[in-house]
Amino acid sequence: MTTLQASPAGARPGEGTPVPLISLEDVRCHFRTPRGVVKAVDGVSFSAAPGEIVCLVGESGCGKTTAGKIAAGLLAPTGGRVLFEGHDIARLRGQDFNRFRRGVQLVHQDPYASINPLHTVGATLAAPLLRHRFASGNAGARRRAAELLDLVDLTPSADFLDKYPHQLSGGQRQRVAIARALTVEPRFIVADEPVSMVDVSIRISLLNTMLRLQRELGTGFLFITHDLALARYFAWGGRIGVMYVGRMVEIGLASDIIARPQHPYTRALLSAIPEADPEVTRNKARVELRSLEIPSLFRLPSGCTFHPRCPLFEEGTCEVATPTLARPAGSVEGSHEVACHLVTRSA
Amino acid sequence: MTAATMSLIQAIPGMGALRAIAVTIGALLRQPSGALGFLGVTFFLAMAFIGPAFFPIDIKPKLDKIYLLPSAEYPLGTDYQGRDVLSQIVHGGRDIIIVATTTALITTFVAVTLGALAGFLGGWFDSIVLGIADIILTIPQFPLLLVLASFVRLNNIVLLGVLLAALGWPALMRAIRSQVLSLRQRDYVEAARCLDLGTAHIVFQEILPSMSGYVAISFTLGMINAIFLQVGLIFLGLVPLTGNNWGVMLQLAWVRGAIFYKNALAYILAPVIAISLLQLSLILLARSLEEIFNPRLRKGN
Repeated sequence: MTTLQASPAGARPGEGTPVPLISLEDVRCHFRTPRGVVKAVDGVSFSAAPGEIVCLVGESGCGKTTAGKIAAGLLAPTGGRVLFEGHDIARLRGQDFNRFRRGVQLVHQDPYASINPLHTVGATLAAPLLRHRFASGNAGARRRAAELLDLVDLTPSADFLDKYPHQLSGGQRQRVAIARALTVEPRFIVADEPVSMVDVSIRISLLNTMLRLQRELGTGFLFITHDLALARYFAWGGRIGVMYVGRMVEIGLASDIIARPQHPYTRALLSAIPEADPEVTRNKARVELRSLEIPSLFRLPSGCTFHPRCPLFEEGTCEVATPTLARPAGSVEGSHEVACHLVTRSA
Repeated sequence: MTAATMSLIQAIPGMGALRAIAVTIGALLRQPSGALGFLGVTFFLAMAFIGPAFFPIDIKPKLDKIYLLPSAEYPLGTDYQGRDVLSQIVHGGRDIIIVATTTALITTFVAVTLGALAGFLGGWFDSIVLGIADIILTIPQFPLLLVLASFVRLNNIVLLGVLLAALGWPALMRAIRSQVLSLRQRDYVEAARCLDLGTAHIVFQEILPSMSGYVAISFTLGMINAIFLQVGLIFLGLVPLTGNNWGVMLQLAWVRGAIFYKNALAYILAPVIAISLLQLSLILLARSLEEIFNPRLRKGN
């Protein structure tokens, strides 16, 4: 998949941007269950400037979807704050809250579950258009719905307006879901694994559609994925955050993370991506983990949660203290942060 | 079930209500039990509401014709005053069906509205509605009706329907609520919340339409239950004996001692069989509707 690296450029990342569009500050989400407290998200912070692409990468169960739902305001964090244009969304009321509610939209992972099977595509798009006065009258809503379908490359749009979801393919449904998110002209879209349920052959065209929306409409994206290759393609001009069991272990410019991964976990993930050339793949230096077991969320390891698997594990340091995000040795200020005692030691 | 039927059924919800009803009837007629149930219910409706126009009721006592066996002149024989039983059967269905429909309509409307809102909103609204429902559910229905019937003068059939509905909604409300609790977790409901489409839209446009089949079945079952209850009340003599209905016929046959005359067999059995056949038709209809709306119960697929 080396070809993926030649990806279109996104907006410039959030370096020095005055007020981020959306930012999570030390967000925690702990669920109480009969077996104990699950720390799905435990102290995650990141922000996105208007029009910026941020990618959250991690294994299943690392809390990336929960973080996405918190960013979209669909789940209240048990700790920390979510700021929209600098204001805590928990304190937004009335008009201000509505502006946030419409400003941040969500595209679900499963397009077979995220669209009501009982409504036509046209009706699905018309409901938010009419409710929030982005179109007036049924004819107006229909016209605007057709425009939105054109925008997400469902053409000829007239053919799709009267179709039911069961008449569409997974990729087409996902495009309808994106068009639905666009009805309220959001400034930021949380896309939760938007292509994982879609045929591999059309993933790239779906990603390209979203990248074009980002370029043309200036919509920012929080792209959640478990596939670092997709993150590399989608967030090439933006930033990538790597999560591991509820914590952010590394975040930085996508180009930096891919070229100079610092955290041993990120290195392991990157080394596991197969390349298009089998010769390259075979000769890739594999990062050997000490264990392949993902820790149980009920009994997280002490100190750095990655220490039982980490190839750099140092007794007396890693299992004692929890590392915080810091600049790794030899990197430019603000471009890259990593949570690892050993990598940041000499910085 | 054929592929054509499947696609028709899948297409139901988006079409106009009339179209949907037409398609449902088409699907009903394709299965034996559904056709039987549908035709049975149609027959009883026609008999109860159109029949009286062609069969004037026989109210004239004829002392020389008491307890006659079925004959060409009196197909179902005569009663204790020598009156035609068939005409009483034809006229006796109307009140039963009106009470049953009123009860089912009110029950379904109240249960669906409260259940959907309680399930979706949760919180204090849910607690209050559930509390009221649980109180009503713990009181045995029929004994309560017996007590109420002796206090309230139930000479209005619509009032009887309202009373039956007041006691009948909690069970269906709980069922609807638990279905909504599961449906509200669906991604498309979350998407609607994210788009700020409003509670009314989410409950009535996104959640409830996918339960229309279940609601239709519950409506039919509500009618069945209401028929049992009202006939029971009438038979026990707790509802004033005005008008003609099958319950009144049964009660009169009982108190006039018709069971002691072997020639009165047709007179006693006629309302029993009419009630049973109407119930059977409704049950067959409900079961077939369930098969049509619930794909998991579809046979041979």
